[in-house]
Amino acid sequence: MTIVALAFYLFAICAIVGGLFTVISRNPVHSVLWLILAFLSAAGLFVLLGAEFVAMLLVIVYVGAVMVLFLFVVMMLDVDFSELKAEMAKYMPLALLIGLVFLMQLGIAFGAWESATGAEAARAAPAPDGIENTAALGLLLYDRYFLIFQLAGLILLVAMIGAIVLTLRHRADVKRQDVLAQMYRDPAKAMELRDVKPGQGL
Amino acid sequence: MVEFFTNTYLGMFLVIVAQILLVIVPLLVALAFLMYADRKVWAAVMMRRGPNVVGAFGLLQSFADFIKYIVKEVVFPAGADRAVFLLAPMISLVMALIAWAVIPFNEGWVLSDINVAILYVFAISSLEVYGVIMGGWASNSKYPFLGSLRSAAQMISYEVSIGLIIIGVIISTGSMNLSNIVRAQGGDLGLFNWYWLPHFPMLFLFFISALAETNRPPFDLPEAESELVAGYQVEYSSTPFLLFMIGELVAVVLMCALVSLLFFGGWLSPIPGLPDGFLWMVLKMLFVFFIFAMVKAITPRYRYDQLMRLGWKVFLPMSLFWVVFVAFAAKFEWFWGAFARWS
Repeated sequence: MTIVALAFYLFAICAIVGGLFTVISRNPVHSVLWLILAFLSAAGLFVLLGAEFVAMLLVIVYVGAVMVLFLFVVMMLDVDFSELKAEMAKYMPLALLIGLVFLMQLGIAFGAWESATGAEAARAAPAPDGIENTAALGLLLYDRYFLIFQLAGLILLVAMIGAIVLTLRHRADVKRQDVLAQMYRDPAKAMELRDVKPGQGL
Repeated sequence: MVEFFTNTYLGMFLVIVAQILLVIVPLLVALAFLMYADRKVWAAVMMRRGPNVVGAFGLLQSFADFIKYIVKEVVFPAGADRAVFLLAPMISLVMALIAWAVIPFNEGWVLSDINVAILYVFAISSLEVYGVIMGGWASNSKYPFLGSLRSAAQMISYEVSIGLIIIGVIISTGSMNLSNIVRAQGGDLGLFNWYWLPHFPMLFLFFISALAETNRPPFDLPEAESELVAGYQVEYSSTPFLLFMIGELVAVVLMCALVSLLFFGGWLSPIPGLPDGFLWMVLKMLFVFFIFAMVKAITPRYRYDQLMRLGWKVFLPMSLFWVVFVAFAAKFEWFWGAFARWS
């Protein structure tokens, strides 16, 4: 067995174990930590495929930012674990049903899958010769699919503005901080130095 | 004999392990003296003497501390999540150490010369926050928890501007390989060829963001002793605490290495004519470390809302504007092509 195959099985097993424990671990914080393991293993699989740029993006975006926020929220939750377990048993049949439907859909989709001619060759050499993977992705995103890429960015921007609009409210009855006023405050006007003689007081 | 090391898996494995040890062991030994240097600089600014008892001039102080840490008892707080509690300091140290895999110390002196080296360092440094968050949560105590929440928000905020500053450097170089970034800074003008000159304002932004990213003063709010005792480290003792300390300091030295590589030309010689080499890299890292130590000594701690404001409302717009500016400057070769070094 080559090192690459060994590494593949290692990452694949880690990803599956991580995914499994994400679902079955009782403590939500542990779930998030297992999910991080799954993401890191997936990044390892990307590296094995020769897609190092995507692997690094997965780590930076998902593990470095999204999961931190996730962990942030989950840690703040005040969870009653025994109640959670009872809930889990209650919803188990429904969850199994949905899982089964997903599995069947995937089975149907992959059963009817036919590779296009030349897809095999394209998969074997994802990047053109002489261009490294990052540059190849850049050429695709910023040259050929420029408008679609911009459109995706615009959709994200709209979603972000929407979230801000929904949550932003200016309350008049709350005292707000004026940073510029704070910074331009003059020490000479804010305090007074008095020379206090011993035994006299002010 | 040579074939054993180039052809068999065991041989190659041994070579890789030897290379890793060649980086890690000098780094950790240097760390003991950097810790000492940090405390000495701090003491000198405050007109104290600093560590001066153990060994000549107190040089062995760090080793005495090391022995003290490992022979103490590990205390688990009641109700702590033991697995996560122990995992946190390990993650903190491991994440700080594995980033060194892609740091070039000289032409070709790099463990793994990968194409996305700078992204790798960025990814690893964004993972470092997990040690802090997990440590704070697993301690099952209020102060550590508050410290870890602060840390999470702080590190995410400053990662954004670090990322944008790095993008500026990448645009100038046309490569994410750290060795290529250093090579792109070579030229006939010595130190005036380095990126600190064209990317001048970003040098400061990067340095300040690096302070925040590594939880150094004036941004050491996760462990602000006046409010949170010691933040996420409160419940830690003995070796786990030592791992946190080493991890933090390794991260600081890593940032020193990054500043040297991105803005001060890595191993390149500042004066045309002098040979390039490993020594220049070490000198530059020491210089940046000295600045780190000075900042710790001379600045008061930021308030938390000021920290957030600085990150999101000052650094983010400035670095975002700089990316656009660098993109134009590189494309149209303004300033005699100082921003376009990819040719």
